[in-house]
Amino acid sequence: MNLLTFTSTKTFRHGIHPRDYKELTKDKPIERMPFSNEYVLPLSQHLGAPSVPVVKPGDKVFRGQLIAEPGGFVSVALHSPVTGKVKAIELHHHPSGKMVESIVIQTDPFSPQTLYHEHEIEWQDLTTQELLIMIQNGGFVGLGGAAFPTHVKLSVPEGKKAQFLIVNGVECEPYLTSDHRLMLENYENVFLGIRIAMRILDVEKAYLGIEMNKPDAIELMREKMPPDLNCEVVPLQVKYPQGAEKMLTEAVLNKEIPSGKLPIDIHVIVNNVGTIAGIGQLFRFGQPLIERIVTVTGPGIQRPANLMVPIGTRLEDVLEYCGGLKDNTRQILFGGPMMGSPQVFLDVPIMKGTSGILCLTDYEVKVREEYPCIRCLRCVDACPVYLNPSRLGALAKKRQYEAMLDYHILDCMECGSCSYVCPSNIPLVQRFRVAKALLREQMAKQKQTG
Amino acid sequence: MKSGELKLLLTSSPFLKQEEDTPYIMRQVIIALLPATLAALYFFGINAFLVILVSILGAMFTEWLFTRSKGVNTLHDGSAALTGLLLALVLPPGIPLWMAFLGGVVSIGIGKMIFGGLGSNIFNPALVGRAFLQAAFPVAMTTWSPVIPMNQFFHLYHTTLGIPFLKMPTAVTTATPLARMKFDAQLTAFHDLFLGSTAGSLGETSSLLILLGGIYMVLKKVINWRIPLAIFISMYVFAGILHWINPGHYAPPTFHLFAGGIMLGAIFMATDPVTSPVTQKGCWVFGIGIGFLVILIRTFGGLPEGVMYAILLMNAFTPLINRVTRERVYGTE
Repeated sequence: MNLLTFTSTKTFRHGIHPRDYKELTKDKPIERMPFSNEYVLPLSQHLGAPSVPVVKPGDKVFRGQLIAEPGGFVSVALHSPVTGKVKAIELHHHPSGKMVESIVIQTDPFSPQTLYHEHEIEWQDLTTQELLIMIQNGGFVGLGGAAFPTHVKLSVPEGKKAQFLIVNGVECEPYLTSDHRLMLENYENVFLGIRIAMRILDVEKAYLGIEMNKPDAIELMREKMPPDLNCEVVPLQVKYPQGAEKMLTEAVLNKEIPSGKLPIDIHVIVNNVGTIAGIGQLFRFGQPLIERIVTVTGPGIQRPANLMVPIGTRLEDVLEYCGGLKDNTRQILFGGPMMGSPQVFLDVPIMKGTSGILCLTDYEVKVREEYPCIRCLRCVDACPVYLNPSRLGALAKKRQYEAMLDYHILDCMECGSCSYVCPSNIPLVQRFRVAKALLREQMAKQKQTG
Repeated sequence: MKSGELKLLLTSSPFLKQEEDTPYIMRQVIIALLPATLAALYFFGINAFLVILVSILGAMFTEWLFTRSKGVNTLHDGSAALTGLLLALVLPPGIPLWMAFLGGVVSIGIGKMIFGGLGSNIFNPALVGRAFLQAAFPVAMTTWSPVIPMNQFFHLYHTTLGIPFLKMPTAVTTATPLARMKFDAQLTAFHDLFLGSTAGSLGETSSLLILLGGIYMVLKKVINWRIPLAIFISMYVFAGILHWINPGHYAPPTFHLFAGGIMLGAIFMATDPVTSPVTQKGCWVFGIGIGFLVILIRTFGGLPEGVMYAILLMNAFTPLINRVTRERVYGTE
């Protein structure tokens, strides 16, 4: 094993070192989950306009067939994860907690579930525009969790120029191992995806950032890297939140993305390794985004696993496949423990952005007593964007939201580092979330009236 | 799976939390003070034990008194006990017990609770208590009882059981190294300063044991190492310049570093997070200011020791330091 793998000093400033709990699933190969009886596909599982259905109840659909078109530029297509029949288009529980218009598909139990029109796509001669449209129609969004439409991210705005592609293989959220397993098992998809993304962006060089808690992935990606692909595997120190675009760009290139700007403003495009692999899959087999790898983990699940799950699978079906919950389970999250969202209904579907299902027990969710802030500075040292959470927390408590603007509250990305380190157990991120929502609302109002 | 049996919590992220909480931090500081506390018992016998006890009792009693009406109990966060212990360690060994108790009461009452309790005070509570005692009982606060041999552990100083507002009994006293320096131009041997067999406040005598506690706290990340380091560097440089100008008149910088209350002050008092700046740059400024003021008072002031006033003064400057040393936000100039 290359010695350099273990001696990387590359990282960003500040941040935290939580225990990563990845040992629960990191050595478990990806299992393909058997098909369920029914799938629920919300029309809104990405940022932007909802998709528009092109099927109606009673229609027969094939696995991989288009069932909803993009509802605008910032929107993507939706495909059936299974061969079966459209049962209904109705309001259904959504992981965000709302009721959202969703297409419900009943599985045909006798279908062999082969992919609708499986074929390799010759992409070498296609134009950038054609490639982007294929990605949009393939339903691709950021698989890291934010679910931002991939074709929008890969579209370099006019007048700007991309110089580097950074592929995010960091997976800094504790517990999650889906990207780790993906790199170990589907590296060919990753490499093809990088090739296509580099072609679209017209960049000469790509970087693949991987934290050093995944030495096997670093080694394998280096070993299998095609010689004609100009992509450098960059081992990074283990630190949260290195998977954030700003932090990853700083770790890899030692450059800061200016406040309020995007990576493209310093000629960088960042993409999640899962998304990149999905693009590879699309051009190798013609498979749109109809399934994804989900890490089912945590002390509350009987059998932790990395699963290949069709999009739209109900949470309860996944839990049942993993042996069910332990009796002391008290909380189920979509995503990791730092930025994930809690679920209260077990019939919510796995979405495109669902990277993990984390089941926490009594012990992890115990309520901790809040103490007054003693200004210990731990949050200041943790904040990756150099805010002063202690001060901001005090202002939020007094509801002086306007003053928080002056302390750059809008630069907060809610990574949770400050809440994690706070010895006084002050719910800092929760307060910031409220403050930001109110401030945004207020600013929108001012825009309207002014 | 029946969702009816399962009661799922709806709270918001993050769902991971490190275990170290405020009582943990207070416990770590108390643990770090143990070597100096044991040394106090070793040097001053039962007197030290009694002073520490009543000072902690005074502090905790006052905390309980103030929070009683609010129906909350803040005693278990450990901050009141810590303040009581810190106060005791900066008191002279022969101080009458009732004064030590009163000091604990003032520390918590005036130093902390009237500002709103833990986290809201401007000045270090233990030093507020000490400043009060110094102003109210200047004689008792400068009566330095000599070290007693270990085999006379239960030997009580005449002053310890002094009764309120009666004339102080005459005590056997001795001068502190700083007083000897200031008034008699006499230096104390370095190893005495380092190991602690000199006169002085209960916990201030052995620099070595205080340093050990400081290293422990830095390793446990409960204090900001920048503050004591800035204090030491600034003292060393300032005292060094003075000593270089006139070696016969000004004490060498190492003497200043190891004499008096500066070790305890720099490591345990100045690092009180509540009353020190919230920016790293600010902590450097804060420490440099303290170091400068200590040498200034010791050398040119009327008192032999200036650690307490130096820290209290810089405490007052903390909000200002915070304002002028705001950190650059990510991605801005």
